[in-house]
Amino acid sequence: MATETLTIGKALNTGLRRALENDPKVIIMGEDVGKLGGVFRITDGLQKDFGDQRVIDTPLAESGIIGTAVGLAIRGYRPVCEIQFDGFVYPAYDQIVSQVAKMHYRSGGKLSIPMVIRIPFGGGIGAVEHHSESPEAYFAHTAGLKVVTCANPQDAYVMIQQAIYSDDPIVFLEPKRRYWEKGQVDLDAPLSDAYPLHSARVVRPGTDVTVLAYGPMVRTCLEAATAAAEDGRELEVIDLRSLSPLDLTAAYESVKRTGRVVVVHEAPSNIGLGAELAARITEECFYSLESPVLRVTGFDTPYPASRVEEEYLPDLDRVLDAVDRTFGW
Amino acid sequence: MAKGDPGGTTRGRRAAPRSKKGAAGDPALVQLLTPEGERIDSATGPDGTEYRVDFTDEEYRGLYRDLVLVRKLDAEATALQRQGELGLWASLLGQEAAQVGSGRALRTQDMAFPTYREHGVLYCRGIDPIMPLGLFRGVDQGGWDPNEFKFNMYTIVIGAQTLHATGYAMGITIDGKTGTDDGEAAIAYFGDGATSQGDVNEAFVWASVFNAPLVFFCQNNQYAISEPLERQTRVPLYQRAAGFGFPGVRVDGNDVLATYAVTRTALDNARLGQGPSLIEAYTYRMGAHTTSDDPTRYRIASEVEAWQAKDPIARVKAFLEKQQIADAGFFAEVDEQARRESVHLRERVLEMPNPEPVTMFDNVYPNGSPLLDEQRAKFSRYMESFEGSAH
Repeated sequence: MATETLTIGKALNTGLRRALENDPKVIIMGEDVGKLGGVFRITDGLQKDFGDQRVIDTPLAESGIIGTAVGLAIRGYRPVCEIQFDGFVYPAYDQIVSQVAKMHYRSGGKLSIPMVIRIPFGGGIGAVEHHSESPEAYFAHTAGLKVVTCANPQDAYVMIQQAIYSDDPIVFLEPKRRYWEKGQVDLDAPLSDAYPLHSARVVRPGTDVTVLAYGPMVRTCLEAATAAAEDGRELEVIDLRSLSPLDLTAAYESVKRTGRVVVVHEAPSNIGLGAELAARITEECFYSLESPVLRVTGFDTPYPASRVEEEYLPDLDRVLDAVDRTFGW
Repeated sequence: MAKGDPGGTTRGRRAAPRSKKGAAGDPALVQLLTPEGERIDSATGPDGTEYRVDFTDEEYRGLYRDLVLVRKLDAEATALQRQGELGLWASLLGQEAAQVGSGRALRTQDMAFPTYREHGVLYCRGIDPIMPLGLFRGVDQGGWDPNEFKFNMYTIVIGAQTLHATGYAMGITIDGKTGTDDGEAAIAYFGDGATSQGDVNEAFVWASVFNAPLVFFCQNNQYAISEPLERQTRVPLYQRAAGFGFPGVRVDGNDVLATYAVTRTALDNARLGQGPSLIEAYTYRMGAHTTSDDPTRYRIASEVEAWQAKDPIARVKAFLEKQQIADAGFFAEVDEQARRESVHLRERVLEMPNPEPVTMFDNVYPNGSPLLDEQRAKFSRYMESFEGSAH
């Protein structure tokens, strides 16, 4: 078994490489993805090995990246588009929600757009404005799109390949502040044996409070669980992995045991994923709940200046505070 | 041909001396058949390209038949909308030559990316003319197979399809299907209003830098709903191409022969690996933008009358008569075929059933979605609860 220690960034790179090797119809495209290897180097070395018709440096035009990828997909290709930063996806928003998401539906199933839209998302890297946003709710709200995110190198490696091989158009959110975190990756794990792309996973079992997180917040919640354990509280941390569709099977089962739920995400709380999670858990687990579903999120402001982002982003203390509050009812 | 006549930005605008000057400096638009039905042997484009066509009598008659049929089918669809059988209709009246000329210039292997008005091109691609009526009636979203007919879905978001066409054309290049006479090309249809959209300008950039085998076919019908060309541009549209690094040509869009000639040449150049080009088919929308607007609010009768004199069908008929290519019997037979086909179309539209409500859940995702499966099941149970009731 070829197990290696890789960062999330390198795991994504290795997964992309594997996809390019396995299917000649896979094309990577985006700004600076070729010679530079992407601003985060996620596509490092790929153009060198696969050529500039498989790994395409594009003009600086986000709508163009997605719109031309639609045409390539109609032609039979499987484009993997990189949007350089979360805050730059909006010029492509129309193509994503009006075209990519609806093409299969509008054509009565005759066309598929097997596209992956990779977006490094979230804050915590001290960036300037437009470089630290969490746009997941916009996309999760759109029928026809699937939205997933990974939180560890193994998932990064497997999920990017699963997304590329899926015929569904997928917004693939990469937790940019975690790009450099390392973990064990089984490079030979058959994708068919791996967790399905659209399933949540319990990453730390516990008995007292269910904590739901995804992407960059999974690690924060695991750290909170370690701290809580010192106080004698066992948090069950669930990595949602898929934001649309949501897989709440594990969450319902967990909530029925713990009776308490804390949802954690970086995006603002208003009309966010946490609201959907709270509503669905309330519908499904009402008689099991000991307290309301609580949210720990970013604030309803534009992403702030980076010198205050540590206060904006949910951290270990805010998660633990919410855990305490669930015991206050 | 009156030089400066289709001057684009010259009409009734006092505050735009620069655009007037630009229009006056335009080369004559490419025309091979005058409004009076006189043939012109050849015409030269702004880059010196010479355009000519050489059709057999049978082919001339075929073009006439196409023009009459698409006009009649379009008129039938407009009537169906007025009678409440369609929710909306975007008429092609006046643009028949631009659509038939370009549509007939396509080869089987070429791929077209239309807006929502290209019923004439759709007809030329061999698609049953009832197909778009499902979309406008609201019983489906357009039912043809884009890959089978090489004619993509209608696109209502203005200009979005120009990027799809560009990507598709990039795929042709990657597939190695250019550089030979039997290569492939793509064509993107859009209107004058679309040229203001970011997507169209991005498509120009992309097609240019990737040398995509693509023809941008702009039907300048002078109005984007109510807004005249002056609200979109101060530069003749075909001249935009130069700034992006590929050739542009303005053709008389009411001249089916010239439209055919310039489109065929542009497609051949594309399939041979010479990259994109822009065709501005200079024409006029005789009707409303769609059946929802009232063009008498935004344009004057004399303008409409002036364009009526340039009618794309009348001039072909005059030519056929003068050259004795067709006789009264032929014209009567074409009219009868058009009448028959439009009646047939009407009958079939009236029979189009509403879709089963549960089909709204179909084809959202190629691989399905548990969330949607759950909603579909709940919806089905809810609908079944009404069974036996008179709903």
